[in-house]
Amino acid sequence: MNVPRLAYYPGCSGQGSSREYDLSTRVMCADMDLELIDIPDWSCCGATPAHAVDHLLSASLVARNMAIAEEMGVSGIVTPCPSCLKNFKSTQRRMRRPDFHAAVEKLLGRSLRADLPVMSVLQVVAEQGVRTLPDRIKNPLTGLKVVPYYGCLMNRPPDVMAFDDPENPMALDNLLLALGAEVLPFPLKVECCGASLGVTKRQIVMRLSGRILDCAETMGAQAVVTACPMCQMNLDMRQAQVNRANQSNHHIPVFYYSQLIGLATGLDDRQIGLERLCVSPRPVLASLNGENREARS
Amino acid sequence: MRIGVFVCHCGSNIEATVDTVAVAEAARDFPEVVFATDAMYACSEPGQAGIVEAIRENDLDGVVVASCSPRMHEATFRRTLERAGLNKYLFEMANIREHVSWVGKDRTANTGKAIDLVRIAAAKLRCDAPLYPAEFEVSKRVLVIGGGVAGIQAALDCADGGIEVVLVEREPSIGGKMSKLDKTFPTVDCSSCILGPRMVDISQHPLITLYTLSEVEEVGGFVGNFTVKVRRKAAYVDWEACTGCGLCMEKCPSKRVSDRFNEGIGKTTAINIPFPQAIPKKASIDAQGCLMLTKGKCGVCAKVCPAKAIDFTQQDSFVEEKVGAIIAATGYDLFDFAKYGEYGGGRYPDVITSLQYERLLSASGPTGGHIKRPSDGKEPRDIVFIQCVGSRDKSIGRPYCSGFCCMYTAKQTILTKDHLPDSQSYVFYMDIRAPGKLYDEFTRRAMEDYGARYIRGRVSAIQPRNGRYLIKGADTLLGEQVQIEADMVVLAVGAEAAVGAPALAEKLRISYDAYGFFLEGHPKLKPVETNTAGVYLAGACQGPKDIPASVAQGSAAAGKVLSLFSKDKLASDPQVSAVNLQRCVGCAKCASTCPFGAIEMTVFRGQNKASVIETVCQGCGICTVTCPQGAIQLRHFTDNQLLAEVHALCPY
Repeated sequence: MNVPRLAYYPGCSGQGSSREYDLSTRVMCADMDLELIDIPDWSCCGATPAHAVDHLLSASLVARNMAIAEEMGVSGIVTPCPSCLKNFKSTQRRMRRPDFHAAVEKLLGRSLRADLPVMSVLQVVAEQGVRTLPDRIKNPLTGLKVVPYYGCLMNRPPDVMAFDDPENPMALDNLLLALGAEVLPFPLKVECCGASLGVTKRQIVMRLSGRILDCAETMGAQAVVTACPMCQMNLDMRQAQVNRANQSNHHIPVFYYSQLIGLATGLDDRQIGLERLCVSPRPVLASLNGENREARS
Repeated sequence: MRIGVFVCHCGSNIEATVDTVAVAEAARDFPEVVFATDAMYACSEPGQAGIVEAIRENDLDGVVVASCSPRMHEATFRRTLERAGLNKYLFEMANIREHVSWVGKDRTANTGKAIDLVRIAAAKLRCDAPLYPAEFEVSKRVLVIGGGVAGIQAALDCADGGIEVVLVEREPSIGGKMSKLDKTFPTVDCSSCILGPRMVDISQHPLITLYTLSEVEEVGGFVGNFTVKVRRKAAYVDWEACTGCGLCMEKCPSKRVSDRFNEGIGKTTAINIPFPQAIPKKASIDAQGCLMLTKGKCGVCAKVCPAKAIDFTQQDSFVEEKVGAIIAATGYDLFDFAKYGEYGGGRYPDVITSLQYERLLSASGPTGGHIKRPSDGKEPRDIVFIQCVGSRDKSIGRPYCSGFCCMYTAKQTILTKDHLPDSQSYVFYMDIRAPGKLYDEFTRRAMEDYGARYIRGRVSAIQPRNGRYLIKGADTLLGEQVQIEADMVVLAVGAEAAVGAPALAEKLRISYDAYGFFLEGHPKLKPVETNTAGVYLAGACQGPKDIPASVAQGSAAAGKVLSLFSKDKLASDPQVSAVNLQRCVGCAKCASTCPFGAIEMTVFRGQNKASVIETVCQGCGICTVTCPQGAIQLRHFTDNQLLAEVHALCPY
């Protein structure tokens, strides 16, 4: 089988706050025979601050990584982080303008084509991996009630991200269904969590993330499933803050979808970094195992 | 030949970028041109008088006018020639406005091109021959396609004028969109009370033949002599026998058929009469929902029908009608809001269209005129109306304003307050467009007297929350985000061309625009004509229209038909094909390629020859390029005439 070689851009948060996302993504992809090759000496994409200040400098940060990837002989670049992805995609779009392209090359001191396809790992898994998924499931997540939370960036702006429906995406829903989970309709699946405002204007994150957690609980979800390090951090790490700020009492685990795929395909808890989640998933998973055992007996 | 050339300034339209005096000056050197001048407005009364006078004084026998498109004024100038006693086909027009002055700014280059065009016209004129139209009989019957309010008005006006009318309607009953409305703006009078009597008039008028559940299958012929094939779709009920008693509806066990008349709100039976005032009041069977027709067992309606009218074996049938004119009044359809994911894309049961809401308001609707939420049947308290759903939005390919949504939304907020005094309506709008008589006053009444809260801004999302809906949007006047919790959302869906409109346009050989609306002859001066003689337009098939405008157009189209039929005979266009018998070898290639069946093969002195039926020929010219002998020629566009033009332009 002709397996595409993909350049892997982990993103800064994968080295820190979302190490479990990076870990679980790597083992998930290895399990699916998706060959990920790290971009050697990759550097930060500039995240939110860079493009908020200067498009040219921000694009140059991204373009450096693209230029390295172009020399790797890969068929595309993937990243687990929608924020990084958005920077890659909008850089590509801006670089379609010849003057902008030339300015970036001048700043970098090297030339590049800026035309390698860039996708989220989620998109690759949803479009290619999902076919083989059912055969590899060892522990279906039967009975686990989840809400899929895509965040505001994964599918938007639609003409830049070009993935799934911008208002009612279903890729993550369908993946989770394939794992056997009970996927609840989630009206806030593309709402903003407050993103990086957690650092500068925390009150906004308290309100927006609080709303998402409220809604998840109202829907009867046992867990939230994300595909974004920023969303996951706001909903999971800041859940106690949100509770304090809103006088709420949420205690709902927030998984990365890659962790749940890992769980269902029989990967070890440590391989997928379950212990790194702030809100412990143990009680939910224990009840799930209990139920499944009952169902089996 | 003694040719006169008249170069028109068209005010500054031509003169600004073409030196008309120089064009006239150059024309004087063309062969057989004996007179040339420029004129301020050649088409004006003094302009035409100048042409007549020049013809008489200079003994002219052919005229070239260099001005606008022949589509604009060819007929005008041909009449001028007739007044001066010349044959009107000894006339050529050089289009130096649309083809020259409006498209180029270089005065020198434009003047040169204008001179070339006049040279071409004069060269062709030298080869022109006088032509004489034949007369043909007019079939004084009219076909009206579409039984909505525009078609009803057109049909009644024609019939009252003494003309036989054939009215074809796709649905089982006439009445169209208006019959689904509860009340009408700005008078809030009952829609079915004002439309109902008109519908009854249609069924009772001795000059009107009504075919409902029928569609136009084929259209042949030409103005005065159209032949129309109508498909009468199987109703599975003998309508001669059916008395409309409704017993079949009571007993039909298949009660889960989507109710088309009620816009899918509520269910109906497989055999049904769409609504109490239906015309004709006859039952028909929805084949997809009928147990007998799908599974082969049931037949309850056939057992209970006192008139023994049920006929499960009925097939589509065809009737052919001969008419002299056709009025297309096929109306519009509603935008499918599923394209808007932010409004739920059709996933939320209490987010409905404005026409569905209209059915909830109507006493003959599925809830008996009580406003209830489709999801749980509860009365709503807070209702959000969102305007411009599928209007004025380039991103979904609907950049135009549908025109009537502002008004019906205002009406629906007023009716909502009447039905539910404790309710609160909110309207998200882009702009209020209410430019009709008493229209703006009406929208103000909705706000000021009925307390509808108008919020200028778009909605970004509708999200279900605790059995209600959270509507998030912008208030662009406050410059703030707003959130409203509501029990129900009504989307003011815009108008789009009726399903199948382009296909019908092609049958009628009329043009349609990029959105499927039929194209009028001229946006200002020929609003109900088309570019096909004898085919007229009425109502929203030409573009979104409210009821008063649709009715006005219905009457206007009827007026056009009546004036067409005021003559007993029409003059045929002599610019048709003609066969040179000496050259014709009788191969019949022309007869096989003619798309109109206008060529028949005859025997002349023992030899096969082609012969043109002049009233059927449309002058397309396909036969002339098919003929291996050059024996068949299109009059006024013969090979020699066209070659003369080419030689004039390319003399070397």
